Amino acid sequence: MIATYDNATPSGAGTTAMAVQCHGVDKDFGDGDTRIQVLHAVDLAVPSGELSLLVGPSGCGKTTLISIIAGLLDPTAGDVSLFGTSRSRLSERELIEYRAVNIGFVFQQYDLLPALSATANVAIPLLIARVPRTTAFARAGEMLDEVGLADRADAFPAQLSGGEQQRVAIARALVHEPRLLVCDEPTAALDARSGQTVLELLRRVAVQPDRAVIVVTHDNRIFGYGDRIMEMADGRIQRVRVRDGHAAVAPEEFPGFDPPDAPESQQP
Amino acid sequence: MNWVAWQMLTGDRAKYWGTIFGIAFGTLLISQQTALFVGLMRRTANQIDGVREATIWVMDRDVQNTDEIRPLSESDVFRVRGVPGVSWAVRYYKGLARAKVSDGRFRQVMLMGVDETTLVGAPAEMLLGSLADLSRPDGIIIDLAGFEYLWPGVEPRLGQKLEMNDRRAVVVGVCKAGAPFQTFPLVFTRYTRALEFAPPERNRLSFVLARSEAGRDVGQVCAAIDGQTGLLALSRDKFFWRTIGYYLRSTGIPVNFGITIALGFIVGTAIAGQTFYLFTLENLRQFGALKAMGLTNGRLVLMILLQASIVGSVGFGLGMGMTAAFFETTKNVTHLAGFFLPWQVAVGTAAAVALIVVLASLVSIRRVLVLEPAIVFRGAL
Ligand SMILES: Nc1ncnc2c1ncn2[C@@H]1O[C@H](COP(=O)(O)OP(=O)(O)O)[C@@H](O)[C@H]1O
Ligand SMILES: [Mg+2]
Repeated sequence: MIATYDNATPSGAGTTAMAVQCHGVDKDFGDGDTRIQVLHAVDLAVPSGELSLLVGPSGCGKTTLISIIAGLLDPTAGDVSLFGTSRSRLSERELIEYRAVNIGFVFQQYDLLPALSATANVAIPLLIARVPRTTAFARAGEMLDEVGLADRADAFPAQLSGGEQQRVAIARALVHEPRLLVCDEPTAALDARSGQTVLELLRRVAVQPDRAVIVVTHDNRIFGYGDRIMEMADGRIQRVRVRDGHAAVAPEEFPGFDPPDAPESQQP
Repeated sequence: MNWVAWQMLTGDRAKYWGTIFGIAFGTLLISQQTALFVGLMRRTANQIDGVREATIWVMDRDVQNTDEIRPLSESDVFRVRGVPGVSWAVRYYKGLARAKVSDGRFRQVMLMGVDETTLVGAPAEMLLGSLADLSRPDGIIIDLAGFEYLWPGVEPRLGQKLEMNDRRAVVVGVCKAGAPFQTFPLVFTRYTRALEFAPPERNRLSFVLARSEAGRDVGQVCAAIDGQTGLLALSRDKFFWRTIGYYLRSTGIPVNFGITIALGFIVGTAIAGQTFYLFTLENLRQFGALKAMGLTNGRLVLMILLQASIVGSVGFGLGMGMTAAFFETTKNVTHLAGFFLPWQVAVGTAAAVALIVVLASLVSIRRVLVLEPAIVFRGAL
């Protein structure tokens, strides 16, 4: 019932449909004697319209990889392209602008501004995009409604539970309708019940035909929410499994896609 | 994002007011101490400023300031009158005398003897009595602060008696006059009478006060007096600054005030900088999140500068308010009267506060600039 997906170099027909593509991404930290290689020639393709989970043991490089994908870190070697735009062709300034417009972020510790109400927090990506405050707040209000927190619009983060704060953070990450949503361990600080609520919310609100959603987690309680599970170990993608019968994206759009009923196999 | 910066700042009440306190404290110390210093330095030259009619002061070449006098001979006034360009010249006595109050107490006073006919050098603002009464035998005019000092608790009035050099003196007037540096009571009387009150000495003419003819350059007339008499003639301004310069150079006062003012600056910067930096540190994750979400360094720096200038303005306003309140409440205290807040000091303090604000925010700005947005995905910070 769980199928494997061969993660060969995504070249040739259909590759433009992939939202995120990583080609031979290496990442080293430090230099000289203290140099460590955290990512080893990572090739990865993530489509739109799905909820993709990046899973693996602590320290295997998930956060590093997602940071590179989101343009917060530069790869030591290799390239990342998002929706056909190659990272290496963007200047530092263009990259910041690209992040502001196209990427939504959800952090493990929510990172809401404590001095701002839920509405104002949600409005921040729009304020960064220089949308007038009244318009931004109106849009933020609608977004809070979508995550089921319309009645907490004026509350400050300290007055909200962890689960509620993470829902505010999700509203903030989606308010400017980004094409890519990255969430790093969004449930790590939450109890099981709240964690499930957050994942249900992501499936219901975040997943859109033209948006890619990547959730990094080592929380196996939520693996069941993924359409696609990308397993990492020791800085390498080990294998990619696709949910049985998942039809968000036609299989033929993925080069090297194995039909869901193929036998499980392990990638090096 | 300016609105966000404002909310972040005021959302943290403790740090907001802490930073403001630092700046207000610095402002208060800097402006109040500078104003007091300027006021005190002015006092050293108050007795020059008080003589409005004379444009030229003639004195011995050795004289450094109004309090250190080497007397001229009586005939010098005639020699000055003989210099072309001099409209008039009169005698002026200024010296210390010992006054015995009726109950036997002794007090040092500053004695001023003015020309009997022209009254050049007499006080400009009478509170009780009139200048004309100086012609009465034994008549003296005393300044209000001096009166209160000599007769504490006595309502200022005429007829009080003093003895100087075993001679009787009667108060015929109370005046308002710029306090002298040493805060001695000021006693005005006629020149000849002053010589009787003063301790005996061979030469006793302190200064010749003169005025240049209309249309003449004061500097040239002074030079002419110098050349013709061998004395030192200075315009009122020059003598004023020479006196102040003397006290600046030869007393510890500038160092003293300088230290307090520098402390105000340093402590103000330290408190404001430290609290503001703590504020930035506490919000570092949030700043990192904003960076990740695509806020540029330029706009982040603007946010911090905005926050810093808000606390700077509020702190400056509070500190200035306290300084103004100080001078407002002390302006009617006789021995503190005359001290005020010159606008130049307010402007200078504003510049110092601007510097404090810039210094205080520099560290924060640096911290935010080097901040890697990737930290938001890291657990601890
Ligand atoms: N900035 C850094 N400097 C040095 N080592 C780092 C840095 N960031 C991450 N690492 C190391 O890279 C490895 C992978 O880290 P990370 O990507 O956070 O793993 P994960 O998110 O899967 O737990 C870890 O061994 C970590 O210590
Ligand atoms: Mg991690």
